[in-house]
Amino acid sequence: MVVFERPKSLAKVPMHYCPGCTHGIIHRLVAQAIDELGIEGSAIGVAPVGCAVMAYNYFTCDMIEAAHGRAPAVATGLKRSDPSKIVFTYQGDGDLASIGMAETVHAATRNENITVIFVNNAIYGMTGGQMAPTSLPGQVTQTSPYGRDVSTAGYPIKVSEMLSALDGPEFIARVAVNNVKNVKNAQKIIKKAFENQVNNKGFSLVEVVSSCPTNWGKTPSDALKWVEENMIPYYPLGIYKDKSAQKEGE
Amino acid sequence: MSEKVLMKGNEAIAEAAIRAGCRHYFGYPITPQTELAAYMAKRMPKIGGCFLQAESEIAAINMVYGVAATGKRVMTSSSSPGVSLKQEGISYIAGSDLPALIVNVQRGGPGLGGIQPSQSDYFQATKGGGHGDYHLIVLTPASVQEMADLTGLAFELADKYRMPAMLLADGTMGQMMEPVELPETEPEFVDKPWALTGTGMKREHNIVNSLYLVPEELERTNLERFERYKLIEEKEARWESFMTEDADVCVVAFGIAARVSKNAVVEARKLGIKAGLIRPITVWPFPKKPIAEAAKTCKAFVSVELSMGQMIDDINLAIGCSRPVSLCSRVGGMIPSPEEVLESIKKAAGGNE
Repeated sequence: MVVFERPKSLAKVPMHYCPGCTHGIIHRLVAQAIDELGIEGSAIGVAPVGCAVMAYNYFTCDMIEAAHGRAPAVATGLKRSDPSKIVFTYQGDGDLASIGMAETVHAATRNENITVIFVNNAIYGMTGGQMAPTSLPGQVTQTSPYGRDVSTAGYPIKVSEMLSALDGPEFIARVAVNNVKNVKNAQKIIKKAFENQVNNKGFSLVEVVSSCPTNWGKTPSDALKWVEENMIPYYPLGIYKDKSAQKEGE
Repeated sequence: MSEKVLMKGNEAIAEAAIRAGCRHYFGYPITPQTELAAYMAKRMPKIGGCFLQAESEIAAINMVYGVAATGKRVMTSSSSPGVSLKQEGISYIAGSDLPALIVNVQRGGPGLGGIQPSQSDYFQATKGGGHGDYHLIVLTPASVQEMADLTGLAFELADKYRMPAMLLADGTMGQMMEPVELPETEPEFVDKPWALTGTGMKREHNIVNSLYLVPEELERTNLERFERYKLIEEKEARWESFMTEDADVCVVAFGIAARVSKNAVVEARKLGIKAGLIRPITVWPFPKKPIAEAAKTCKAFVSVELSMGQMIDDINLAIGCSRPVSLCSRVGGMIPSPEEVLESIKKAAGGNE
């Protein structure tokens, strides 16, 4: 009996991610959701600009590479072209919450029937560790060498809280992948975000609190500890909006 | 033959696009092209199409990119400042070898400029516009009829060569009303095996992409694209020649400038000046051949433009600077009068009389 295998939707190619990076786990969870829902043949993924830029090589479904921040707009085009396709974006914090904030907010408010996987690791990884819109107050990065000073650089953007204030989106949740328990929960929530699309419920975004050992300057295990001690207190996990559940509860 | 109807240029583009099989339109309001979006907003829901007012020009062109990747005919329209915003997306569409239509109903610039007609986005349209080496097929209508006809042609050429096409109009063409005969033939679609339609578990995944981190690969894609461009330059240049056979002075003008110039050429002939007009219908590919041909017999060229002189560079290149080329232009939303063009023709002819 096979107890553990590679999801079919995850391509058999070496990934370029750094050792200890959690992108690999999140890719797996996405691929697993696609497998379990049997939507590989109708799925189309949108890769971002950032560390996951080459995600188009890692999923076996049709893929497109978007310009920095524009993934939700590209996904809108794909979905409007053929609503029977299952369209998802996979974006980082710089992509989604900085340069692409307008596209994110408007796709959400239109309740565009797409699934957004938002990887928040509080840093620009691909370009070598600059301050992100989600970098924590005091966090040292290449472009905040004395720590993020909120009086000049402003405060981190809490994307899930912000988007859940909108009437439009169907489902907004924040998960983490720093330990087995959280990974298992993330798996459930990511699957739900795809299921919502299959059931035509609308815009579903899962923020995944993640780590970046390389640019945080930490060992993989210390990085996961930092997620637990610093990231999660600032970015509390949970379901922030679930319109369907709300309706059932009413 | 179909009936003639009176239409605004902007509306003629919209109706022609629908008849060419375009069912997806994404735009953002800007004068003087808004009637096009309004027409689409009214029509698309009635025919099972998609009209979406995007949050920005940037989002609109990226929605176009998304639909283009699925192989369906798709368009956006805007005016100069908005088209500047679209350039990033246009570069991605060109770099991913996708067909799409972008309409620019030009207005005066730079900056916010004005809302009156202009042709000052010529460089942007014909030399690429965004980052990287690429071209668009650029068509320049000079009547409401051509607004319709060239829209259909733009979709066909974009599909045929897998690249974005642009309809480069101006505020006059967009706003003026003329009788127009709309196409009644069914559009022909080409096979697009590269399109993102879902693998259906029947084929390997398709990837639409413009990223190549290995320089040899990126160079190869550029070289291949430019091989295609060479073919387009050979086969797809379009123009209209008017009284050029025996012309001493050859006027070159497109769009509204060409209509004004035609009147001036007729007036010049009445005065005994042998003037002619070459009207580029495509400005990329630029009709080099007829212009180079004209240089063999005519003495001088006049480039009539609603810009500070942009197309004039292409005329000089086409004739290898073998004849004097003067510029007759108004800018900022002004249009040269036939009298102003006539004066320029007289001056150009003057030295030889």
